[in-house]
Amino acid sequence: MNIIVCIKQVPDSTQVKVDPKTGTLIRAGVPSILNPYDHYALEKALAIKARTGAKVTVLSMGPNQAVAVLRLALALGADEGVLLSDRAFAGSDTWATAYALATAVKKIGQYDLILCGQMAIDGDTAQTGPEMAYHLNIPQITFCDSVDSDGQRVVVKKLIEGGHQMMEADLPVLITTTMPVDYVAKYPSFMAAHKAQDKQIFIWTAADIGADVHKLGLEGSPTRVSRIFPPPARQKGEMISGSAEEMAAKFVEILKKESFVK
Amino acid sequence: MIQVSEKCVGCGKCVSTCPFGALSLVNRKAVPNASCTMCGACVSVCPVKALSLPAQGAVKKDLSAYKGVWAFIEITDDGKSQKVRPVGFELLTKGRELADQLGEELAAVVIGDGVEKYFAELSSYGADKIYSVSSPAYHDYNTLAYTNAMVTLIKKYNPSVVLFPSTYIGRDLSPRISAELFVGLTADCTGLSIADGLLIQTRPAFGGNIMADIKCPDYRPQMSTVRPNVFKKVVTRPGSMAQVVSEVIGVPAQAGKVRIMSKYFDEVGAQEKLDEAEVVIAGGRGMKDAAGFGLLGQLAEQLGGAVGASRAAIDLGLLPKEKQVGQSGVTVAAKLYIACGISGAVQHIVGMEHSDVIIGVNKDANAPIFNVCKYGFVGDARQLLPKVVDAIKRAKAK
Repeated sequence: MNIIVCIKQVPDSTQVKVDPKTGTLIRAGVPSILNPYDHYALEKALAIKARTGAKVTVLSMGPNQAVAVLRLALALGADEGVLLSDRAFAGSDTWATAYALATAVKKIGQYDLILCGQMAIDGDTAQTGPEMAYHLNIPQITFCDSVDSDGQRVVVKKLIEGGHQMMEADLPVLITTTMPVDYVAKYPSFMAAHKAQDKQIFIWTAADIGADVHKLGLEGSPTRVSRIFPPPARQKGEMISGSAEEMAAKFVEILKKESFVK
Repeated sequence: MIQVSEKCVGCGKCVSTCPFGALSLVNRKAVPNASCTMCGACVSVCPVKALSLPAQGAVKKDLSAYKGVWAFIEITDDGKSQKVRPVGFELLTKGRELADQLGEELAAVVIGDGVEKYFAELSSYGADKIYSVSSPAYHDYNTLAYTNAMVTLIKKYNPSVVLFPSTYIGRDLSPRISAELFVGLTADCTGLSIADGLLIQTRPAFGGNIMADIKCPDYRPQMSTVRPNVFKKVVTRPGSMAQVVSEVIGVPAQAGKVRIMSKYFDEVGAQEKLDEAEVVIAGGRGMKDAAGFGLLGQLAEQLGGAVGASRAAIDLGLLPKEKQVGQSGVTVAAKLYIACGISGAVQHIVGMEHSDVIIGVNKDANAPIFNVCKYGFVGDARQLLPKVVDAIKRAKAK
């Protein structure tokens, strides 16, 4: 069985701050991490590997420094890494990104199961996985918090409005994973990281995967950012300060005035 | 990379606008570096129009053939019965506004089993037309079956705008359609408007700290997803009846490769349902620990409300992920929203700003949360809340 896990290097969004003067993001010094949803997807793939002996390939697209998340994935137990890195990919929206990743998957060739985190925490779109599934002409199941496979089919627990459903699918299929509430990402030991240094990471360009350049980067991206702006300023409301007792009295007075306490 | 023409006067406006620090002034000219993602943020701020993006549009279409605003209507199932998920009415209400501005028709698109019973209500929310695909084969949502039905309808009738709910179903379906049709899709829009005949899609960007306007000038239809509770639903045409266009569309064989084995529905009281709660008490990092969140629970009990949390508090493990209020969580439109120990990142604000009365409690008088509050209390919520709970109890006892 062959599993491909798509992963992304993202800025740790909990540490991105806005410059109050210019309203722009301060990215300098913000550490990059493996997107947590992808981290979970990878652990699910590795659990299937442990049971079935599947081969796990990790695939990413990004600048050269994104090799770091592939190295992490290999140290955690993935067998091989592929990084799509080329200026031709810059400016890609989810459409062009999904096209590029799917084209790379076709070049990898052998696959039964593709796992993606449901979304990247720096974009929050949750679009790339389903778009890839279209390009590969395979079914998809999204927002799954458990995934299991015996090599013939896959069984997942998928979140739905107000509950969940158990589903099964024939292979090949693309699954996107959400994260359980209590999920804590695992990190490799120093020894594991050291031993993984011999594992191979391939760096492919647009030409290497035989992609149609008109479907990459800006040219292959239907969406355009036309304006970036800080959130609109608003009228500040009534500000209240004082001792806790004074404020509590005022708090209840307001709740009464607004008819939330009768 | 972004292209800089001779017109550049070196004013530096683009340098401070760039979210990626990819522009600098060299010899009084803007010069991009390798960090440029071609996001286009600088193009609109340049006063002399010296900046431009390389040409777009691999496939040029005749865009004039695309007319009409569509809203995809999601049917929700609680295990007992099915009904229209209210976000569908919200999309129709916003869609009515957009259709009027464009001078085009508004259509509701409803796929399911026995959908005729929804027609009257969909019409009352402003639909001129209803496209329906109704068959027992569509009783349960199936990605490939629904994608095939939507793609067939879109190719036949050529709408210019299609809106989807940003729900488990909408977020599964819409990207699959956008990939097949080679059109743009903007997720989780918090604003939609029309300018120069184009759909302007506003959403928080770059981790939710700043807003972006996104458009798709060269591709049709223009497609967006919108979270429940972002737009209000308003009955604009009571008693009217839309023109119904029924289509028979078969389910592709490939749809059978994915099968539902069993469904489970959580037993959740209405009180706990954040997205429908009239009163929401939310806590952030400032509530510190489980004891702090216990105080929120006590206040919620007094006011008959649900407890939610900011992303920061969820990341600390103080509440499960489904209790997160914000861009990547639940959007609420409560009658009363009390934000305790929440600083007010944009990503949180967009998930609660449509609430009627917002009260904030924060130690920092300059916390951005106060910009959306009708009442702002400057102090430690952990000190204040026990006293508020006592005072409410006393007031009720009187």
